[in-house]
Amino acid sequence: MSPLPLVLAPLGFAAVALAMPSNRWRPVVLPIGALCHLALVIAVLAHGDSTAASGWLSLDPLARLVLLTVALLFTCCALYAPGYLAVRHDRPNRRFCSGLLLQVAMLSLVAMSHHLGLLWVGLEATTLASAPLLYFNQTPRALEAAWKFLLIGSVGIALALLGSFFLAYSELATQQPSSLQFDDLMAAAPQLSKPWLHAAFVTLLVGYGTKMGLAPMHTWKPDAYGEAPGILGAMLAGGLTTGAFLAILRMLALMHAAGEGSFARPILVFMGLLSMVFAAVFMVRQKDIKRMLAYSSVEHMGILALGAGIGGLAMFGALFHMLNNAMTKAVLFLSVGNIHRAFGSKSTDDVTGALGRVPVSAALFLAGFLAITGSPPFGPFVSEFTIARAAFADGQPVAGGLYLALLMAVFLGMGSTVLAVVQGESPSPSSTNSGHVDRPSLTLPIVFALLVVLGLGIWLPGPLRDLLDRASAYVEARP
Amino acid sequence: MNHTLDGLLVLVVLLDFFALGTSRVMALIRASAMQGVVLAGVPLLVHAEISGHALLIAVGSLVVKGFVVPLLLMRAIRDVTIRREVEPLIGFTASLLLGGLGAGLALVFSGHLPLAPEHAQAQLVPASFATIFTGFLMLTTRQKAITQVVGYMFLDNGIFLFGLLLIDAMPFLVEVGVLLDLVVAVFVMGIILHRIQRTFSTINTTQFSTLKE
Repeated sequence: MSPLPLVLAPLGFAAVALAMPSNRWRPVVLPIGALCHLALVIAVLAHGDSTAASGWLSLDPLARLVLLTVALLFTCCALYAPGYLAVRHDRPNRRFCSGLLLQVAMLSLVAMSHHLGLLWVGLEATTLASAPLLYFNQTPRALEAAWKFLLIGSVGIALALLGSFFLAYSELATQQPSSLQFDDLMAAAPQLSKPWLHAAFVTLLVGYGTKMGLAPMHTWKPDAYGEAPGILGAMLAGGLTTGAFLAILRMLALMHAAGEGSFARPILVFMGLLSMVFAAVFMVRQKDIKRMLAYSSVEHMGILALGAGIGGLAMFGALFHMLNNAMTKAVLFLSVGNIHRAFGSKSTDDVTGALGRVPVSAALFLAGFLAITGSPPFGPFVSEFTIARAAFADGQPVAGGLYLALLMAVFLGMGSTVLAVVQGESPSPSSTNSGHVDRPSLTLPIVFALLVVLGLGIWLPGPLRDLLDRASAYVEARP
Repeated sequence: MNHTLDGLLVLVVLLDFFALGTSRVMALIRASAMQGVVLAGVPLLVHAEISGHALLIAVGSLVVKGFVVPLLLMRAIRDVTIRREVEPLIGFTASLLLGGLGAGLALVFSGHLPLAPEHAQAQLVPASFATIFTGFLMLTTRQKAITQVVGYMFLDNGIFLFGLLLIDAMPFLVEVGVLLDLVVAVFVMGIILHRIQRTFSTINTTQFSTLKE
């Protein structure tokens, strides 16, 4: 099966959304487009292993995993969208709907692209598609967030381009014909010029790490997630960051193929732990719920980098965590969106006793918090535990110990904010009550996401386990 | 042939210095446009014979970097009354000195890089690094949003210059994608710039202090 429809279908729906005149009916395009995309992804996954070496686009195990993650995440967000945009019927949503679909099209392109240039173009396009969406609420703060997101993101991505050039030059420097095609690079990996390869890895890690939000390049994240509508927050925290992580994994695969894994892995472990430290420090006494979620995202990007750095079983854990993180972020961002709407504020000064006012959303938020911090029986528990086990088994007790201590610190820091939000007395209704109550269109999609997270924690389906196995073997260049 | 190339590269670095020393926003945009035009000549001179591919890249970068992007920027600041960068975090003389230091370091650094023999003589790599450094300096020390965008342009020009070493590796389609992304990025930045001006009545990013810890 050709991979192209996965990109073209959401693009087509984006065009439909752009052309549709009715502000009221346009949001319906989102769930239809998302379900089509999901169906296509499942068809591709079911189709087995016809890795057509078409060169530029390829459905390798890593691509399949990222496609599944993005499709599931987007389905939840898109099912939530009509209800959300019906509440916000006063705002024109043309740009919002087509922008989201464009983002998914570009993420699918990123997932499958086997050409570093194409990968770069795709990731830059997701950035550009997201920036106008950040300005959906048209407040000065949203403007500030959009500016920081765009400028920091563009500089990061420019560095990634330089890194890609370094990589191509590492071939040229040893008198080989240079190419940015991933399969060519993998084949030529052992002969690449080492200094240029090292420079390329570091530059690409900083560049795509900025996009992914690894500390200390994460500064755009609290602002962007703080001001983004819930749907966009979920898509950024679960989709865009996953795309950037994929780019780093592709580079890591190349380092492994070149026999330079020992250079790359400690750097990833360090960046991962550093991100977790930043997240833990800034999470304490965080009054803004959405900014708290942003630091949680920094933390989980750190966990992904750490898992990839430790390698082996931890690589399996990191890839599994990528899926868990995306789905749990959907639960968190969308339920916080509901709470934000009900209270007209996202500061813990005003938001207390959410269980009393929007019981379903508050319960989902609490469940999402338990899931993301690694409590059983949710999916992230399994993946986070796998990484910890691998760290100790691999003889990295220091990294493993720090990792567990930081997980605990984040749990405590995040927990105090979350409990303040859900428990207690609601403030007197007159001051902050917006009259918003739970309604099925705004809670059922979140329930769906939570069920996926719960299901992944209880039972890992055989085909998915197989896919994760093959993807981690692929990244570590094991046969 | 090589003398022409070196002449162009010296011009590129001189434009870096000019950009670091000037306070007028219009002059900055013009400097980045001029650099774009000069850069367009480089792909034609890097290799001995002029290929169709190189010609297309030259034309593409001439149009995008020399005209489209500067015009977008000028349109974005059409209504902005303040036309000078005041109070940069590092003064103009100091940034000029830093720029000179950066260019010198780039020259020394490139001498130690394991370059392919056919590139060892060319000044392409030091010029590229010096321009990247200039871009970073402007991004970090200037306070006006518009100046930061111009800084981003310089950064991009520097990376483009390095990319010219790889003219055979980059498929034309990807080059087009890179240039297109640049245009869209500056276009979106221009729109946001315009909104910032309307919302905050200034384009100083120091006004951006609501969102911080």
